[in-house]
Amino acid sequence: MVTEYKEGAAGTEYSKRDFKVVGTRPPRPDGVDKVTGRALFGADLTAPGMLHATILRSPHAHARIVSIDISGALALDGVKAVVTSNDFVKQGSSGNQDTLDNCMARGKVFYDGHAVAAVAAVSVKVANEALKLIKVEYEVLPHVTDVDAGMLDSAPVLHEGRKFRNIPEGNNANVSGYWEFGHGDTDAGFAKADIIVERSFKTAATHQGYIEPHATLATMGPDGRGEIWACTQGHYMVRDMAAAFVGMDTSQLRVTPSEIGGGFGGKTTVYLEPVALALAKKSGRPVKMVMTREEVFRASGPTTSSSTDVKIGMTKDGRITAGQAKLRYQGGAYPNITAMLGAMTAFAAYDLDAVQTLAWNVLTNRPKQAAYRAPGAPMAIYAVESVVDELCQKLDLDPIDVRLMNAAKKGTLSSYGPTFDEIGLVATLEAAKAHPHYAAPLGPNQGRGVSCGFWFNFAGNTSVSMGINEDGTVSVIEGNPDIGGSRASISMMAAEELGIPFDKVRTIVGDTNSIGFNDVTDGSRVTFSVGLATIKAARAAIKNMCGRAAQVWGIDADAVDWVDGAAVPMGHNAGEFPPMTLAEIAKDSAKTGGPIAGHHEVNADGAGVSFGVHLVDVEVDPETGFTEIKRYTVFQDAGKAIHPDYVEGQMQGGAVQGIGWALNEEYIYGEDGKLQNAGFLDYRIPVASDLPMIDAVILEIPNPGHPYGVRGVGETGIVPPLAAVANGVSHAAGVRMTELPMSPPRILAAIDGAK
Amino acid sequence: MSKIHVSTSINGDAVEYLCDPSETLLDVLRNRVGLTGAKEGCGSGDCGACSVELDGRLVCSCLVLAAEAEGKEVSTVEGLADGDKLHILQQKMLEHAALQCGICTPGILVAAKALLEKNPDPTETEVRYWLAGNLCRCTGYDKIIRAVMDAAAEMRGA
Repeated sequence: MVTEYKEGAAGTEYSKRDFKVVGTRPPRPDGVDKVTGRALFGADLTAPGMLHATILRSPHAHARIVSIDISGALALDGVKAVVTSNDFVKQGSSGNQDTLDNCMARGKVFYDGHAVAAVAAVSVKVANEALKLIKVEYEVLPHVTDVDAGMLDSAPVLHEGRKFRNIPEGNNANVSGYWEFGHGDTDAGFAKADIIVERSFKTAATHQGYIEPHATLATMGPDGRGEIWACTQGHYMVRDMAAAFVGMDTSQLRVTPSEIGGGFGGKTTVYLEPVALALAKKSGRPVKMVMTREEVFRASGPTTSSSTDVKIGMTKDGRITAGQAKLRYQGGAYPNITAMLGAMTAFAAYDLDAVQTLAWNVLTNRPKQAAYRAPGAPMAIYAVESVVDELCQKLDLDPIDVRLMNAAKKGTLSSYGPTFDEIGLVATLEAAKAHPHYAAPLGPNQGRGVSCGFWFNFAGNTSVSMGINEDGTVSVIEGNPDIGGSRASISMMAAEELGIPFDKVRTIVGDTNSIGFNDVTDGSRVTFSVGLATIKAARAAIKNMCGRAAQVWGIDADAVDWVDGAAVPMGHNAGEFPPMTLAEIAKDSAKTGGPIAGHHEVNADGAGVSFGVHLVDVEVDPETGFTEIKRYTVFQDAGKAIHPDYVEGQMQGGAVQGIGWALNEEYIYGEDGKLQNAGFLDYRIPVASDLPMIDAVILEIPNPGHPYGVRGVGETGIVPPLAAVANGVSHAAGVRMTELPMSPPRILAAIDGAK
Repeated sequence: MSKIHVSTSINGDAVEYLCDPSETLLDVLRNRVGLTGAKEGCGSGDCGACSVELDGRLVCSCLVLAAEAEGKEVSTVEGLADGDKLHILQQKMLEHAALQCGICTPGILVAAKALLEKNPDPTETEVRYWLAGNLCRCTGYDKIIRAVMDAAAEMRGA
């Protein structure tokens, strides 16, 4: 699924105001359900007569499917249906076809773990026995899993004969995307530099690592009507994909989102849902599917791995004269645009006269990548911020001063095209510089790392509806799964705008039939876009309520204003009437024209970019190469923090995911092209004992595109940690680190190599 | 293969079930007893989302066979609150906003309760090492650690 990222147009939505509810920290509305075990996640639902389905997966990294014989599986007692790619409908767009082929391989398997067939049976045990009875004849082909190896002319070609657009001459058939960004004359810029540093970097593929494996429950009757329950970041996306893949109208498929146990971008596509629906259609029974953790690693999308060359020129006093980056990403067996996003974000923090970024996406025999929190940005900015740090080191300049000198600000022509509106990078850098952390002394074998981070933020299609209840309370329906407390922030914005207490509002995430379309919960868009639509839905309801008051008072509707949760006459000519509260208007609504509601539908724009700066102190053990995080502080522009606890939570969580990426996490492939660490024991995400407290400093530079100034905050936090930690480790170890993760053996090898 | 009959106690209630010899305690809790508070994040004892107490001992219920619960006492997240009164740990998790998605929360709560039963006054480091077997991907653990420390302080004071 490709999300179009639009730069925030200079909006006029924002106006300064004093908040009553926004900025407070009430308990989240789904909190009690989640601390008592009552909340229902993807795997927690059952249905009468339910079958269980499991998937047969490729043992090969790359092979042609010669034949599939399902007769043995169908003959087993308790087996009710088997599906292969033959049971799905050919898609009109290549993007959809790729997603379908990733759900169920067609003709070829492209990676270890690629789905080949699925069985629905009376139990998981019977389904798994049946998988063993499916005979697949493979013609095994040579494979490639490394990004640089995938670009060689000698590399095995994944999609023979498929043509990709805009690929320059000289690239092999695995290059599925090529992009260029920048402005100015980089040759002239480099000629002006007193010093130029050129470095190459590699980053490993990492997984989003949500603790809840993918799970779904689908039903479909002979009348062609279907239901899906799924843990997903976007149930409208699930509806559209699943309906298209099995060949039904979207109106006949209702998708209900479960509580979602983490996503971070990894649940913005489909894996199981269309398969479960096809099995339900064939068997006439509800079908439940739950991935094992091994399947999550082998067959759901990790992020891309990368190989990047960066060249930056600087004057002696720290002014960057030119920057250039060549970014090569692999995101598995199907095309994606993550490398493009890397090229757009690489130099976004800087105000440069000359900048150029070039990006390639390379197809390899790995699982189809999925979005992972600011997709493409962490690895690009890691490479750039590492070189900026090295320049500061060589010129003996303060790394924050140099970033301040070159920082993007309002009016800067960004490295990827648009001109920035109000942005918070300078304020964020200044806050970091003034923080006690930056002046704290370091001990032996310790180093301090600094990095900037950036993310565009997305807005997109959004629908919100609210009902004003007769008892003076408000029911809000939105259509974006709540991953990190958004029902709280949406309720807060509704309460703020209507002028009523937070606990008078309840927000739910509706199913696909409840309200109009919504884009997936991605791009840090929910608090921004759903918040904007909620505020406008509230304004629609307020307009209606002002009209009701005018009717009762017998005055013109234009002569009624809304103040502190009540209609009031406006101006001297309106007459003298006591305020009529929301509750009073609602109670008599049947007499004044019927139910009162507000709704708003929008393809929102003006999301407002977000910058962050991270400071980290690390200690590297020169004997073992082990890195300990001693202190960590996050500074980030939130525009306006609606619920500061959950803004801090995003900043802290993003930082720790980035720490894992920097130090531990890695998809490890053997020579045989098989994933060697498909479990949490060997793919080690950070645990509580790895970490100190993560201090979070929120800055609020209002976004002109939102009525309350909100910017998305979910993604920027994962961008700076890779370089911040790498810069800290490089200082502590006394050698420049250029490959992630910085595992102890890699650090020891670098220390030994520098001796 | 014939099923095994098990008599056990879950959150103080006498419970009987039939299970396959290969079924885990987690499978039975979720699929036969109807208690879906314990979650399966990995099935290999690496994530702690399925944490329960078995005769007062913290275990990953995905690593315990259902048949092993015979004659024992099982405590799950569903047994933490006393009727409509939340346990202090549950209150503190809410007050400190110590959850985002909430999938790890049941396991964290059960593990933290087991810690405070053994050690009512843990240091931050002790809390971090005790909870090292409970993976959380959302929060970075900061607010979770604060919530547990605060709950411990309040329970000591109570």
